[in-house]
Amino acid sequence: MASAIDPAAAVPRLGRARWHWAEALPWLALAAVPFVFPGYLALGCQVIVMILFALSLDLILGYAGIITLGHAALFGTGAYAAGMLSAHLGWNEPITGLLVAGAAAAAVGFVSGWFLLRYHGLALLMLTLATAILLQELANTLAPYTGGYDGLLGIAIDPIFGRFANDLFRQNYYVYGLIVLLAAFLIARRVVASPFGQSLVGIRENVKRMHAIGAPVHGRLVAIYTIAAAMAGVAGGLFAQIHAFVTLQVMGFQLSGAVLIVVILGGAGRLYGAFIGAAIYVILEDQLAKLSPEFWEFGVGLVLVATVLFARRGLLGIAEDLTARLRRRTP
Amino acid sequence: MTALALETRDLHNRFGGLEVVRNLNFNLAPGARHALIGPNGAGKTTFVNLVAGALSPSHGAILLHGRDITGLVQAARVKRGIVRTFQISQLFRNLTVLENVALAIAERDGIARVLWRGLAAFPTIVDEAVALLAGLDLAADATTAIRALAYGRQRLVEIAIALALKPSVLLLDEPAAGIPSAESHVILAALDRLPPAIAVLIIDHDMGVVFRFARRITVLVGGLTLAEGTPAEIAADPRVRTAYLGESILPDGVGR
Ligand SMILES: Nc1ncnc2c1ncn2[C@@H]1O[C@H](COP(=O)(O)OP(=O)(O)OP(=O)(O)O)[C@@H](O)[C@H]1O
Ligand SMILES: [Mg+2]
Repeated sequence: MASAIDPAAAVPRLGRARWHWAEALPWLALAAVPFVFPGYLALGCQVIVMILFALSLDLILGYAGIITLGHAALFGTGAYAAGMLSAHLGWNEPITGLLVAGAAAAAVGFVSGWFLLRYHGLALLMLTLATAILLQELANTLAPYTGGYDGLLGIAIDPIFGRFANDLFRQNYYVYGLIVLLAAFLIARRVVASPFGQSLVGIRENVKRMHAIGAPVHGRLVAIYTIAAAMAGVAGGLFAQIHAFVTLQVMGFQLSGAVLIVVILGGAGRLYGAFIGAAIYVILEDQLAKLSPEFWEFGVGLVLVATVLFARRGLLGIAEDLTARLRRRTP
Repeated sequence: MTALALETRDLHNRFGGLEVVRNLNFNLAPGARHALIGPNGAGKTTFVNLVAGALSPSHGAILLHGRDITGLVQAARVKRGIVRTFQISQLFRNLTVLENVALAIAERDGIARVLWRGLAAFPTIVDEAVALLAGLDLAADATTAIRALAYGRQRLVEIAIALALKPSVLLLDEPAAGIPSAESHVILAALDRLPPAIAVLIIDHDMGVVFRFARRITVLVGGLTLAEGTPAEIAADPRVRTAYLGESILPDGVGR
């Protein structure tokens, strides 16, 4: 009886743990950048930081359905943690610096998530926003440590493994960032393919039903929020190390909004949506802002409206529809 | 005397000023086939919500197999064997039938908290889900997404999910609601095959279903127990007839 059904077909998400060849594409593209566009690695670093940050948002928004307008609070916590570690404690080793950034953000994520995740919908949206504003204000108040409005100076990160310094063209840091991103991605991919990850999808799809099958919903949400917070913190830490400078904007509403746009534009709940969304967003911002900042902001608004109206599932959703249609036409 | 499967003592619930369940003392014997009937708004679903832990009572106690569970959250009650279904299907609409059941099994076995291994590491989940679906004549729909499934079939999935949790007390909130009565025999057949050890409380407006399935009936009106007894006693009870505004609700031949 049981053999009549192929488990992978019956539970498509079972099969998702297996790698698809198309998954190599974004990585090949990222790996090719230093060879094809060696002059754009600083921009490349920004893209990588944004992918990592968006990946963390996708874990909670795309999988668990947690909607937040304050994700930058966790990014900023990581940025300040990594920055202050170097600027005040003289701890300049980059990799442990990133781990500290991740741990600090995870701690903030755990505590804030414990309170926030009892709410949903509009209330959650407002409370995440309020939390981020509070944290930003706290960073402002703690100016002796954070640099406040003037920003945190005096970050002096050691060369990676004592060898690869942060050069002007960001060659080493691009590779460093790419490896960090790969590590984070592998963790994220594993988490979403696990039974735990599936239970998050269940919570997103129907929380009432999850309660009724005995799922500890709040605990699950806090768990993924903490994991995502750690990842956002690492992204923030990476940002601080790359620029050797942190301002209050790392906790700002602008960044929280940007990462939300990136995930929605790329396609939530797919992990790879973060890649395509971040690449387009950061590159367009760079190019259009050169022309005129107003042009850029107008453009972002337009793209967002178009996505919400015509492509609810983001660019990857469009790509999926297209390949499905092609496959049907060529049997 | 063996402990009751489920017992409520002075269970009370109000929504603001509205008293919906009023000091209800209700007993469910092990292995029971018990029906809870009453007009719309009588408080039946609220009662299920209270027992399942989706709502907290204003006061009163709930005992499961003699143990007070009033303070337990819903998840803890499910772990202890209280499982409910919904009057309006609550399913994972974008997941397949098999996935719906697999999620429940994973939750029951504590696998759902495993973070570091793929779902594929637990093939027994799929096997068990497939076997369960076969028992409910749902095997052919296993790979269909809920949203593409006829509502009558969705009602069966509600039951399948509940059974996947291996309940000792099963609360069925109008399992045949929303489907044409011509199709309700499918649900009835599924109800007939419920494991005898489970104590079942069924809510239903279809007296054909109630009188066929139940060996004991409680009539709830305005949050109060109006009557309780065997189907024959209930059918003969004049108060029940007035509460239901006439006799037409009783199936032919019952109580006559
Ligand atoms: N969350 C709530 N807040 C306020 N009032 C509620 C709530 N849930 C139910 N009620 C009210 O409580 C009363 C009982 O509702 P309940 O759903 O328990 O009735 P029921 O017996 O299940 O009815 P039906 O046969 O129509 O399903 C109704 O008057 C309803 O409007
Ligand atoms: Mg009801």
